[in-house]
Amino acid sequence: MEVKTLKKEESKTGTKIRISGAEAVIHCLLAEGIETVYGYPGGAIMPIYDELYKFRDRLHHVLTRHEQGATHAAQGYARVSGKVGVAMATSGPGATNLVTGIADAQIDSTPMVCITGQVARHLLGSDAFQETDIVGISTPVTKWNYQITNASEIPEVMAKAFYIARSGRPGPVLIDITKNAQFEEFDFEYQKCTAIRSYTAKPTINQDKIEEAAELINKAKKPMIVWGQGIILGKAEAALKAFVEKAGIPAAWTILGASALPSTHPLNVGMVGMHGNYGPNMLTNECDVLIALGMRFDDRVTGDLSTYAKQAKVLHFEIDPAEINKNVHADVPVLGDVKESLEAILPLITENNHDAWHNKFKEHYKIEFDKVIKNDLHPEKEGLTMGEVIERINKESNHEAVIVSDVGQHQMIACRYAKFNTSKSNITSGGLGTMGFALPAAIGAKMGAPKREVVAVIGDGGYQMTIQELGTIFQTKVPVKIVVLNNDFLGMVRQWQQLFFDRRYASTEMTNPDFIKIAEGYHIQAKKVTKREDLEGAVKEMMASPNAYFLEVQVEKEDNVFPMIPTGASVSDIRLS
Amino acid sequence: MEENKTFTISVYSENNVGLLNRISGIFLKRHINIESLNVSKSEIDHVSKFTIVVHTTEDWTRKIVGQIEKQIEVIKAYYHTNEETIFQESALFKIASNLLFDERQIQNIIKDNHSEIVTVSPEFFVISKSGRREEIEEMYEQLKPYGIMQFVRSGRISVSKSEMQISNILKEFQYQ
Ligand SMILES: Cc1ncc(C[n+]2csc(CCOP(=O)(O)OP(=O)(O)O)c2C)c(N)n1
Repeated sequence: MEVKTLKKEESKTGTKIRISGAEAVIHCLLAEGIETVYGYPGGAIMPIYDELYKFRDRLHHVLTRHEQGATHAAQGYARVSGKVGVAMATSGPGATNLVTGIADAQIDSTPMVCITGQVARHLLGSDAFQETDIVGISTPVTKWNYQITNASEIPEVMAKAFYIARSGRPGPVLIDITKNAQFEEFDFEYQKCTAIRSYTAKPTINQDKIEEAAELINKAKKPMIVWGQGIILGKAEAALKAFVEKAGIPAAWTILGASALPSTHPLNVGMVGMHGNYGPNMLTNECDVLIALGMRFDDRVTGDLSTYAKQAKVLHFEIDPAEINKNVHADVPVLGDVKESLEAILPLITENNHDAWHNKFKEHYKIEFDKVIKNDLHPEKEGLTMGEVIERINKESNHEAVIVSDVGQHQMIACRYAKFNTSKSNITSGGLGTMGFALPAAIGAKMGAPKREVVAVIGDGGYQMTIQELGTIFQTKVPVKIVVLNNDFLGMVRQWQQLFFDRRYASTEMTNPDFIKIAEGYHIQAKKVTKREDLEGAVKEMMASPNAYFLEVQVEKEDNVFPMIPTGASVSDIRLS
Repeated sequence: MEENKTFTISVYSENNVGLLNRISGIFLKRHINIESLNVSKSEIDHVSKFTIVVHTTEDWTRKIVGQIEKQIEVIKAYYHTNEETIFQESALFKIASNLLFDERQIQNIIKDNHSEIVTVSPEFFVISKSGRREEIEEMYEQLKPYGIMQFVRSGRISVSKSEMQISNILKEFQYQ
């Protein structure tokens, strides 16, 4: 059989050509500028894989070792590059394995398009082999999803999928394609989607609200900014910096907002939330104006809502109308794209500084430094701390690495202590807190930003949830650096057991395998550090390596992460020990 | 705590497979029971209208409407209190035919309730009644002693007293 492929010119939009649905899928991806897709084949998606084979010189497919890995890799790729990540899987178990990553992308607003194969249309609803209602299953965790049963639907649906995934508040979209639709031939023509009647990607800015907000900001005596990932998703980093500097307002960040403003910026006062910094948490309940920029008042950020920033006027800059007044009442809702809103408000802001107020943050920092940070970063006890490992990575990478963290104590430590010069450098599972995220996400991150150093920081628990992705690293030779902070515990859960369950360590102690042998089994260079004097050399060696590198650091078994706001407590009840 | 009230949520949407699933999921997620649900065509071509009745706080209703509006296929969603809408339900009663002749009172019930007989067969006849929930309930109570073979009531349908700006929204949209 003659293999029919389109020449570059023909795949341009607006030209009709008769091809199969499977080939059409590839042309849609190419037309959307996709270069890399992550996935795992199977019966119901074989026609598309067959086309991937034909187009392998133009579309790179990365075979992960599990479909969950494909979604996290696509997320990591999307988060560092700002582009849409693409993951593929077959029907049934392949499709259900995508669900965790889709849910993670949904809550963290990551643009992603997932393509699943489905049994042929005449078998739908018959409990056919590997048939699963993935559209039904994924409905609550997708921004949009759709089942294609005719090849002719492919171009329009794919175009919509990419538009929806990337526009407005981004999110994951799932397209399920029946096998008959992949085989069917039709006259293909591609038109990018630029609008959908029922969907407003971003609300238009209301100038009255901008003026109202500006007036409150200009009059404020103790204003404070909390920015979130909206700044990064909306490419508003420069607008944020200009605004912060002109108004002279101390600015704190949520975990997903990290890196939008350099860590060393004088007005960057640290992280808010459960394990955030002491100053910004305490002073949330003292500021007179709270300016929330592209963040959604997650319960891990606010603690007890009945005491959260009650004294403050809240200005909420937000793209998603459903977020306004969802958790915290907004005195002035500023709906719209945060970059456009910040640019609109900047001329109305009077130049100011709030030195006396800013000094309060510094005083709180000093207290936190003496009680917590000093011991984390410059410990006097024998055992290694997670903090000093992160500090060492900061030093050896000149604050230029992309840090991909998993979920647990090491994540909080990484986010607290990692230093960033560049935006899109902190990749972590925020809203869902998905263990197993980091290893595959690091693979995607490195492919999305090949020139940057990508360091995955992972706990011994989460590492074993997607450890099979070492196979993907080995096969693709993607040079990611993997640091496992091994405390032989599910550390974060153990910390809660210690503090709130009378030290009953139920099923949190881990007997771990020889991680070095496992890495070496995948032909990845590996080293284990157990003593402080070996740390510097090992991190240097890792950073200098042009290849993938695995570093295991044996850390203190029972260290805790502080500060900490116990669940349900007020942000100003934050504990330092 | 804000008190619970009855709200009618109107959703204008594209007519797409799967949207019902998405919308009902929003109620499910917040553990809110849907009292009644009706989907039909609307005054605008190719636009469907969901009429959903819930009994909850205004704050929750407002948040739910926000979540519904977020769905890609939803063009616009509104909510109204009972006072702000004209609403009614329809019901069908199936009753044994002999009663129509043996129990004279039944004919009075039909007349007094402004209901009508839709069909009569040798075994049964069917009465239809449209109106407010209380009116239908009252008629049910009146007929109950005679024996009701089958009863069914529709979801609420409603129109708002105030204008809904939906047509203008659609007109403004430049479809490319
Ligand atoms: C998939 C998944 N299962 C369970 C949890 C609950 N959980 C949160 S943190 C944590 C412990 C993580 O342990 P480890 O990976 O060793 O990291 P550490 O806290 O020790 O740094 C667990 C079990 C989770 N977040 N994700």
